[in-house]
Amino acid sequence: MSSSYQVKSTINDPLHLQADVLVLGGGPSGAWAALAAAEDGARVVLADKGYLGTSGATAPSNTGTWCVPPGENRGQAVERRWQRTGGLADQRWMLRCVDQAYENLVKLSEWGYLFPHEDDGQLYIANLRGPDYMRFMRRRVLKAGITVLDHHPALELLSNGDAITGASGVDRQRNRDWSVEAKAVVLATGGCAFHERILGATGLTGDGYLMAAEAGAHLSGMEFTGKYTLAPYETSLNKGLPYRWATFYREDGSPLLDANGEQVSNGIGEREKDIAKALIAGPVFARLDHAEPALQDWLRRGQPNCFVPHDRAGIDPFKDLFRITLRAEGTVRGTGGIMLATADCGTGVPGLYVAGDAASRENMTGAVSGGGAVNSSWAIASGWWSGKGASTHARKSARKAFRSMSKPLGEAGLRPAGNARADLHPAEIMEAVRAEVIPLEKNYFRDGTTLHTSSERLESLWNDVRQHLHAEGVERVRSRETASITASARWSLASALARNESRGMHRRADRPGNDPAFARRILVSGVDAISIGEAQISREGIAS
Amino acid sequence: MIEIVSASRCIECDICVKVCPANVFDAVPDSAPIIARQDDCQTCYLCEIYCPVDALYVAHRAEGHFPITEAEVEERNLFGSYARALGWKRGKAGGTEHDPTHRIRVAAV
Repeated sequence: MSSSYQVKSTINDPLHLQADVLVLGGGPSGAWAALAAAEDGARVVLADKGYLGTSGATAPSNTGTWCVPPGENRGQAVERRWQRTGGLADQRWMLRCVDQAYENLVKLSEWGYLFPHEDDGQLYIANLRGPDYMRFMRRRVLKAGITVLDHHPALELLSNGDAITGASGVDRQRNRDWSVEAKAVVLATGGCAFHERILGATGLTGDGYLMAAEAGAHLSGMEFTGKYTLAPYETSLNKGLPYRWATFYREDGSPLLDANGEQVSNGIGEREKDIAKALIAGPVFARLDHAEPALQDWLRRGQPNCFVPHDRAGIDPFKDLFRITLRAEGTVRGTGGIMLATADCGTGVPGLYVAGDAASRENMTGAVSGGGAVNSSWAIASGWWSGKGASTHARKSARKAFRSMSKPLGEAGLRPAGNARADLHPAEIMEAVRAEVIPLEKNYFRDGTTLHTSSERLESLWNDVRQHLHAEGVERVRSRETASITASARWSLASALARNESRGMHRRADRPGNDPAFARRILVSGVDAISIGEAQISREGIAS
Repeated sequence: MIEIVSASRCIECDICVKVCPANVFDAVPDSAPIIARQDDCQTCYLCEIYCPVDALYVAHRAEGHFPITEAEVEERNLFGSYARALGWKRGKAGGTEHDPTHRIRVAAV
């Protein structure tokens, strides 16, 4: 194994690197992809928008994994989970995911990550503490000789007309351009949180979706963006677990009651809809008063970030009422993303692979949220497969990635189709997009008429972005994020209109209930002109 | 969002400039880093735990500025409070082996 080498680099000139595999994104799936490719002897570059170790939705959090040990019960565990997926998941993908995730979790322990022990002395590997896990992964990646480019957001993919040949972007701390020629690229860019202020969302702007769509890849499940999680009002702490022991109240202090007159408690179950309705009507408050003292201690020590906002606000959440909100999570805890065309996480575009939340997670969790656990195991497994797939592709690839033959694929936010307009501001466009895809009354509870109206507004915003949005230097990062968020919102609305039923987190008031005719995937493709397609649940291309 | 870089505590190592995933800070020669892009802060608190001298304070409000004085943060012993809760010390990771989250998950079922 050798590290990638620099072709040319001085402080003022653009940075050019060559690699076998380029990984875009430094969350868990990107780190696992880089490690898998390096293990095969590939020269790997990992470029992250932020910092490998703190970027992504995992690093600021504490996440369970979907951890199913090998053995006879594993088929049953998968079957039970599949029953909750709205019929859209694929048990073969689920089985190979739990197997690969388990293998890699054991690797983590062997490498020296310190898991806690259960009372019987068994190691408990079904939980990963985000800051520690991602710091550990950074060390492991550096130890493997992988070149890490922090604060190097990618702006666009490069192609020679037949295959993806790398990517380019900007080093935002030095304000210089970079490009990496690579025989294969892994998109590990995360989901799209539509600029909601949740943990990790700063980098999760759907950049990979736009890059993939520009290269001709399909997206799948983009209608499944109706996942919201409780958080203390105006905070970033979208962690649902403590609300398992909460009761809920209106502003006047009266208990929130459900349709049967029962007090609403346990906010992470079926009662979430009652809380969403109440939040549309007015402020809602919570108190974690169902937590016994022992549990209070475990919560404080096990989920310390959940208590940081309370401690700083001077609130005891076990005794005091605190105001709450439901935070939109887009495709981060939703399930939509880039469609997987092959078992090694290929996108169908030669040389382009996808991992983690950048990929559709319908194979794993269908129409319902995978929460932290399934998504965490998926990041591990898909990261590993995509890294192997990319390194295999690089090895087989006889061609050399000559820079002169590659052209950049980026359009919206980089190269406006019409005249650049100085009066277009990314922040204003993003607020206008958010007004259509964030409010509970539009996106948690959906109906066809509202979706149509939102869709028309998004078309107009897209026209502004595509025709007129332009930026130079580091400002291109923001204009490109704006384009990615606007494009992701359009795909989400187009898919939500196409799914003329309710299923999982896609709740259509005008079409309540499942329609068996819709027990299939909704695909979208195209950037300016959007095409809708469908797919039966994939029955091909799986090889464990 | 990030509110305070304590000039009295800061040792000018610029680790926060490097690790902030939102690129909120700018390094300043011979001085503490400045909060250059506060509105980009995602309120993840990670800069605090990476800081080797607990010189940073992130307020709980994620939407907009939340004024607080350094004196109040000192007085309430809030510098480094998240790092202490995790078991991180002087910017070094630690404490995962004592995480009791598995007990919570059993109780949640």
